[in-house]
Amino acid sequence: MNTPTQNFEQPTSFEFTPEVMDMAKAHIAKYPADRQASAVMPLLDLAQRQHDGWLPRAAMDYVADFLGMPRIEAYEVATFYTMYNLEPVGKHHVQVCTNLPCWLRGSDQIVEAAKRNLGVEMGETTDDGLFTLSSMECLGACVNAPMMQINDDYYEDLDETVTESILTELRHGQTPKTGSQIDRKSCEPIGGLTSLNSDAGGD
Amino acid sequence: MPKLTIDGVEVEVDAGLTVLQACEIAGREIPRFCYHERLSVAGNCRMCLVEMERAPKPIASCAMPVGDGMVITTDSETIRQARKGVMEFLLINHPLDCPICDQGGECDLQDQAMGYGYDRSRYAEEKRAVKDKNLGPLVSTVMTRCIHCTRCIRFATEIAGVPELGATGRGEHMEVGTYVEKTLSSELSGNIIDLCPVGALTSKPYSFNARPWELKKTESIDVMDALGANIRIDTRGAEVLRIVPRNNDDVNEEWISDKSRFACDGLRRQRLDQPFVRQDGKLQAVSWDEAFAAIAGKVKSTSGNKIAAIAGDQADCESMYALKKLMESLGSANMDCRQDGAAVGEGSRAGYLFNSTIAGIEDADAILIVGADPRLESPVLNARIRKRFLGGNVSIGVIGEETDLTYRYDYLGAGPDTLADVAAGSNSFAQVLKDASNPMIIVGSGVLTRADSAAVLGTARKLAEATGMIADGWNGFNVLHTAASRVGGLDLGFVPGEGGAGTNEILSGSMDVVYLLGADEIDMAALGGAFVVYQGHHGDAGAHRADVILPGAAYTEKNATYVNLEGRVQRTQLASFPVGEAKEDWAILRALSAELGQTLAFDSLAELRDRMTTATPSLGNIDDIAAAEWGGFGADGAMNNDAFASPIENFFMTDPISRASQTMAECTAARDNSTTARTGTHG
Repeated sequence: MNTPTQNFEQPTSFEFTPEVMDMAKAHIAKYPADRQASAVMPLLDLAQRQHDGWLPRAAMDYVADFLGMPRIEAYEVATFYTMYNLEPVGKHHVQVCTNLPCWLRGSDQIVEAAKRNLGVEMGETTDDGLFTLSSMECLGACVNAPMMQINDDYYEDLDETVTESILTELRHGQTPKTGSQIDRKSCEPIGGLTSLNSDAGGD
Repeated sequence: MPKLTIDGVEVEVDAGLTVLQACEIAGREIPRFCYHERLSVAGNCRMCLVEMERAPKPIASCAMPVGDGMVITTDSETIRQARKGVMEFLLINHPLDCPICDQGGECDLQDQAMGYGYDRSRYAEEKRAVKDKNLGPLVSTVMTRCIHCTRCIRFATEIAGVPELGATGRGEHMEVGTYVEKTLSSELSGNIIDLCPVGALTSKPYSFNARPWELKKTESIDVMDALGANIRIDTRGAEVLRIVPRNNDDVNEEWISDKSRFACDGLRRQRLDQPFVRQDGKLQAVSWDEAFAAIAGKVKSTSGNKIAAIAGDQADCESMYALKKLMESLGSANMDCRQDGAAVGEGSRAGYLFNSTIAGIEDADAILIVGADPRLESPVLNARIRKRFLGGNVSIGVIGEETDLTYRYDYLGAGPDTLADVAAGSNSFAQVLKDASNPMIIVGSGVLTRADSAAVLGTARKLAEATGMIADGWNGFNVLHTAASRVGGLDLGFVPGEGGAGTNEILSGSMDVVYLLGADEIDMAALGGAFVVYQGHHGDAGAHRADVILPGAAYTEKNATYVNLEGRVQRTQLASFPVGEAKEDWAILRALSAELGQTLAFDSLAELRDRMTTATPSLGNIDDIAAAEWGGFGADGAMNNDAFASPIENFFMTDPISRASQTMAECTAARDNSTTARTGTHG
């Protein structure tokens, strides 16, 4: 929505592959009959995954028709959530959180490092089609701020060097470490637990 | 019933109402933008804030159900502050371009900003701008003005039943529109113009034409279909600039169809503004006297049984009465108000009325639609059926064409054999009708023009009787007419007298003189060599065939009585005078009768109405429905098995006015563009 529009073509048709169709039916089965429209969000996601990470209009139409709901309602859902990409994105969609906690912890530097490494501005895709850089609102990992999400993986506790090395590794087809990039287990405090780390004593 | 105290006054209201409605009952005005009594509650504009005792902050009164013992304050310093705050937020992204906005002068935002807002803005930052949408030839958009009340979205989804509008994007990027550019596919789309509380959606044909305070407003009745929608005609000088609906809960609620609203530009085109006589094969402009003399010359040398009259779909009761009297005095019984040749009107009056009444649709719990496409034949009535459908617990069956009626229905079959099955009880829908407490059948006018229509009507009558549609306090038999003049004409008896010819015989070429009172939708070639007098307001098919043209008045230009499909008597009011030398229709007939030496026995409209209501008393009861006794109509006999078809091919062009309308032509083109596949040669 708020990214500069690039020139791209909308495909004229879309259809679930048989494997995706099975997954779609599994989602629909979770909801009562006549309420299959409830499955619109997972189905749009399936469509996006099948279609190189972005959701063309034909896919939204397909999903809406498939679920027997007005097409405009599928458009409303797809345009509301930033997780649905309505324009083509690179193979790696780099989504840097720039919301308040990450910003306080230095997300500006992370953005700068990403721009420097990729050579693109926010909302742009690299010429080789490998990376798209976007800024995101809170991705819910504030405890390990600053962070970014690349496709389905979170990379947390970032600094400029680590950000660049993650992107470089991805460019070379390697698999960088996901999660916290410093010595931290999940979202526990740095340097280990500070409470509840021994028996409470007594009985 | 819950009791509330509103500004110190105790009121008792029905349970289930909202606080806003209770405040209105208590006589307090609550400002609002998103709330509309005929739409679902959205609660997103926050303008209707009121204070409720023991609530920590102001509440949105439109979304709060009433409760017993509530204490509401609608006018306190807190509330004034809160409303000012809401108004300030609403105006942040509103352009304040009132001087160039068509809504200016009738704008809710303008009025409420005056009444409830600050007198200046503190907002110095940039405003957002939104790209305008193309919603087709009727609705003009300036989306930057939109305050996101979502009334148009709710109207399209709920009332019109075409879920095409939506809000895409989120937060500051939210936009109201169709997302994929398209013309709204509803016949009721013009109503979103009235619903829009700001100038985001305005009328495209009326754009930049006038300010509301320049207009003369005349309350009248629509004649584009048989519904008799209540309208207000806005004129400036002689020109009808726009038509808007009036509220009438029994008829059109507050909606009108796009044809009723936008065909009025047809009143300015193709008008007959002076009498014409055909001389040497060409129509020559003449004076009234010459035109009358030409008619008298022919009529006086013709015997009565060779003279015939057909009244068109927009003829009013007064002129039909006058024409009937004139024909009788000429010794002719050849007259018909059913220019489509419909075999309806013989037998009981209940056989041609919409007996359940329009509002009665809401009481029905099983509806069988036979050979009608109510969406095209009467869009507002169709919206009423949809309203009933949304209420739940109703079964709707359709025999005829399978089209999108904006509600779900059981498709039973295409033709008379299915109808016979239901009547005989061998179709499962017969049981549905029998089990219903208020079953109804709607017979479309497409059924009535068939050769076997008497048999079909007879079958429908038997079906109604067999499934319990006729009971004390409920009559479920309904005919859906498309012509505004039809019920009035039948009530007046503008039908063949004893031994007289009806439309079909008149059109067999056996008449020497045919008088067409606004009748254009007939096969002119079938009139043969007859001498044709056309009295009407538009140069349409009838005028092209005519030997003498008498310019009459359109429905906005006369005080006239019409009877709608349920039998409700309503009167139009003169909003502007007939163009040029044209006259009101009854007056033309009165003048002509004198020339023919058969002077009609009235000299004024009041005298005519006196006589008319003496002959047909029901016509005197304005806004009233004279209920019809159930009785025999229709006939036994074989039905041929051709599928039922609706008579309306192009909704936008069904009468001389809408055929002359440029706006309706644009609508037709837009519709054709969206329905035919685009080929490589397009653009």
